[in-house]
Amino acid sequence: MMNVDAPVANAMGRADYATIGSWIATGARVLDLGCGDGALLRFLAEERRAGGYGIEIDDAGVLASVRNGINVLQSDLERGLAGFDDGAFDVVILSQTLQAMRRIEAIVTEMLRVGREAIITFPNFGHWSHRLQVLRGRMPVSPSLPYQWYDTPNIHLCTVADFDAFLAARRYRVLDRVVLARGRAARFAPNLTGELAIYRFRKQ
Amino acid sequence: MPSFSATTGGVEPTSTTGRSVGAVVPHTAHFATPLPLACGRVLPQYDLAYETYGTLDSARANAVLVCHALNASHHVAGYYADDPDNVGWWDNMVGPGKPLDTNRFFVVGVNNLGSCFGSTGPVSMNPATGAPWGSDFPLITVEDWVDAQAQLADRLGIRQWAAVMGGSLGGMQALDWAIRYPQRIRSALVIAAAPNLSAENIAFNEIARQAILTDPEFHEGNFHAHGVKPRRGLRVARMIGHITYLSDEQMEAKFGRQLREGLKFSFAPEFQIESYLRYQGEKFAEYYDANTYLRITKALDYFDPATRAGGDLARALAPATCRFLVVSFTTDWRFPASRSREIVKALVRERRDVSYAEIAAPHGHDAFLLDNPQYHAVVRAWFDRIGEATPVSQPAQELPAHEPVSSGP
Repeated sequence: MMNVDAPVANAMGRADYATIGSWIATGARVLDLGCGDGALLRFLAEERRAGGYGIEIDDAGVLASVRNGINVLQSDLERGLAGFDDGAFDVVILSQTLQAMRRIEAIVTEMLRVGREAIITFPNFGHWSHRLQVLRGRMPVSPSLPYQWYDTPNIHLCTVADFDAFLAARRYRVLDRVVLARGRAARFAPNLTGELAIYRFRKQ
Repeated sequence: MPSFSATTGGVEPTSTTGRSVGAVVPHTAHFATPLPLACGRVLPQYDLAYETYGTLDSARANAVLVCHALNASHHVAGYYADDPDNVGWWDNMVGPGKPLDTNRFFVVGVNNLGSCFGSTGPVSMNPATGAPWGSDFPLITVEDWVDAQAQLADRLGIRQWAAVMGGSLGGMQALDWAIRYPQRIRSALVIAAAPNLSAENIAFNEIARQAILTDPEFHEGNFHAHGVKPRRGLRVARMIGHITYLSDEQMEAKFGRQLREGLKFSFAPEFQIESYLRYQGEKFAEYYDANTYLRITKALDYFDPATRAGGDLARALAPATCRFLVVSFTTDWRFPASRSREIVKALVRERRDVSYAEIAAPHGHDAFLLDNPQYHAVVRAWFDRIGEATPVSQPAQELPAHEPVSSGP
């Protein structure tokens, strides 16, 4: 699936890349779901000598990924990860794609089947500007949610608190959690001030 | 040689960006060293017809081999000065500024053994008898072809291909290169191919073969001696094959239930599709050799690299070290996308570098010969990356310079 948030990544200067990169061991095997133009995998290959594959459904993303020199496999994530063996990867990444997927539980389960760890990033619906817009009676539009209600690909938006609860209910162990506000880790009230949530977690 | 607008002939390729390589000249390389074949027999000597486009660089690192499918040839791109309508079968892919850019790459097209366009095959003279080989020509395999291509690579001074590329049966040859000559190939483009033929694929081939084998003018393959040709068999074989190269959707769009001149209540061709298939069959029977058709369909049936690894395709691919680009087309039902995904899955299991593009195209199997923009853009991007990559150092061993042995088929 094409990253639906290219403007966001640009607006944030790819700050999430640095965070994700800091969690990836040198030479790790990585699977990037919804790899878009392959920039993250290229970054991880250059910075961490990470190898692996990106999965992308969109033609433009596949082409851009080939241009970026990464291994890209054109496939629909909603069909699952049947092409991959259990434990084939050190890390499976779902970067700013979760909110556009239909079957959230299924993909998270699959991520932790084929990978030891999962990294998921998503735009935080709990950001104060979103809350304010809802209070004013409108659907939020912001740098991290740049769509109108009628043209958004995002069908499963959540807040940091929602995702915490989701992971806790399934007894996943959160290894790291960073919520970025203007490209920096939010120290104060991340669910209110953070724009982009980045989680690293595994099974208990 | 006849003109191939397309290997499978279904849809005329349209021009794309880039220019033609222009007038080209076919060469023939003679090999006096016997070639052991998979069937157990040995080809004592043989010729390979080939063409080259572009210039081999000083490091001999920019060579790309293009493998042909069922009924094409070494005439991949350009045209012949004395036959300007005879345009290469992959002319939209190969040329200056085209996805496989001959300004950067030295491209080699080779006619496979057993074919009928200049390389040694059933129509060639058997030196032992002084007559055409005919039915006595051995059954050949994809592996035999690749072994012969490797001999040609040696002759041309190419230690390692920057890429081996092919569609359909040509993609199977690229796969075999990657498996059995891993040191000699940096990347493989496996397009509209399959890791082996399905029962349905073999079934279609068998019907085509039966059409030829039961033609009264086949004479057990020695029709040359009788001064005839099993045209009826070839026609039917081609008609069957042709259906499998197109999609239902495409046939419906192109022909539907259109009639030529209304119903006549006869068995003359009434529907446009009937007349089209008859025309294709007629054209094919004119230029193609029946013994070659039998052998090439058998080579398709036999191809199954996984059998050498206990049926495990991933293990079969384990020796491969090159980067792979696998491409399939959504409406291809001869070698559907699921077959390409099997190759991809096996390569992923072996942690090989592989990219996979599933091209949305309405043209069925034939799509690999057409210039779908996404398809050509992906291939172009792939070759751009290969062009940037540093080739592995060439061995010190000196090889003979590229010197065509003789010219013209």
